[in-house]
Amino acid sequence: MKERLIQRYTRAERINHWVVAICFVLLAISGLAFFYPAFFWLTGVFGTPQLARIIHPFVGLIMFIGFMVQFFRYWRYNFIDKEDVKWMKSVPEVLNGHEVGDTGKYNGGQKGMFWLMTACMLVLLPTGLIAWRAYFSEYFPIPAIRLALLFHAWAALVLIAGIIVHVYAAIWVKGTIRAMVEGVVTQTWAKKHHPRWYREVMGKAKAEAETGGKNPPKS
Amino acid sequence: MALQSLDIKRRSATAGITPPPGVRQPVEVAKLIDVTTCIGCKACQVACSEWNDIRDDIGINHGVYDNPIDLTSKSWTVMRFSEVEENGKLEWLIRKDGCMHCADPGCLKACPSPGAIVQYHNGIVDFHEENCIGCGYCVSGCPFNIPRIDKQDQKAYKCTLCSDRVAVGQEPACVKTCPTGAIQFGAKEDMKQVAQERLKDLNNRGYKNAGLYDPEGVGGTHVMYVLQHADKPELYHGLPNNPSISPTVKLWKGLLKPLATFGIAAATLAGFFHYVTVGPNRAEEEEAEVIGKEGDILKREEDA
Repeated sequence: MKERLIQRYTRAERINHWVVAICFVLLAISGLAFFYPAFFWLTGVFGTPQLARIIHPFVGLIMFIGFMVQFFRYWRYNFIDKEDVKWMKSVPEVLNGHEVGDTGKYNGGQKGMFWLMTACMLVLLPTGLIAWRAYFSEYFPIPAIRLALLFHAWAALVLIAGIIVHVYAAIWVKGTIRAMVEGVVTQTWAKKHHPRWYREVMGKAKAEAETGGKNPPKS
Repeated sequence: MALQSLDIKRRSATAGITPPPGVRQPVEVAKLIDVTTCIGCKACQVACSEWNDIRDDIGINHGVYDNPIDLTSKSWTVMRFSEVEENGKLEWLIRKDGCMHCADPGCLKACPSPGAIVQYHNGIVDFHEENCIGCGYCVSGCPFNIPRIDKQDQKAYKCTLCSDRVAVGQEPACVKTCPTGAIQFGAKEDMKQVAQERLKDLNNRGYKNAGLYDPEGVGGTHVMYVLQHADKPELYHGLPNNPSISPTVKLWKGLLKPLATFGIAAATLAGFFHYVTVGPNRAEEEEAEVIGKEGDILKREEDA
């Protein structure tokens, strides 16, 4: 029997995601090196500590732009509704592998993560610019730079912890990584984890097929 | 190995359980700047520039005596001129500004690069620019706004208290050149004694609030001022009244670290143990069971 697949992420979305992801890894490596003396050696990944210091903010800019493109792609799918509240109230049950609620494209956890990441990015950009010694710091009073450094570190650490959860969720829910690597998920996966999204996609495909529209979902 | 490197008390971004070499325990030194005998000749600025072979760019006249107008990566000390009215008369307060060599240095606390900032047992706080990465954290860590990042090489610079001269038993260049003896150098205890003599004199001359500036908030400094108005250090071009490492910097370099370690470790470990206990979350294909080669029943076709 052939697997029946549904496209979840287009090529552009996948490239977008992985550009942001690669930037994140580079930023986390250099950022943790600046934050933890014991991890200072991680700056060696960039050649020298000085190069790590130079590269970090530029990569940060790329990540911010990439993330904002993602934000405008997905924000409308991330409004938290009643089903998500139900999901969020049943996290222990979810963690035991039981689905809760009639989940749409994203579940409550994913939506929460979306807004958490957005909040972190919105803190990271301005604080990062203020702390960017080579170009901007001189225009700010020292107490402002201190606050910027503190909040930059806070937001970064919250984001890192969030990304660990994000990555783990993708590893835990089998068939998820494929969505961001190949762009597709199985219909079984969709039906189980995102039933409302599954119905929407299938309904739309059926309607399009009937009116002689575009291709039905990949099968 | 330079002998100097054997008397390191603290080293930036280096844990206390792996201390730097510190078998040499020289006596704690201090520079005493008697603001009340300073005539603002700027000979100390010149001596600093000469000894350290630094030549700042020629600046512009800002309409005040301060020249250059601020510390730079190439001007490690500047005279600050303040005109104030105290005791019903005009007073011209001149303070030689520069690194205070704090016992509890905010720059060293903030620095992320191992060995870019060191504190010697004699109290001198020194930047080792070859290890500096140019992040500017020291600038935000300093309670006195002293370090400056050079525009060309992106390294932090400040007064070294002539650590090279002190290491071979000489006084700093500014001390040697001061024509009025307003800058003195020696063991910190001795300098306190000298200051007491000066304070007695100042008290006799009517300066009831004269005092020694050796702020406790940063654990004391290795550059001390004799001030005629020690109750109002702000008069001296904004010398901070109660300097200490900013609570923001302390939170950032203190509490946040263990908290972050806990958070990241908790997220990682929780994930790992969740996986090995609950196991993966699979969406099983709804399909017929098939018989495998060995005759056993398999759930999925691909397993055959």
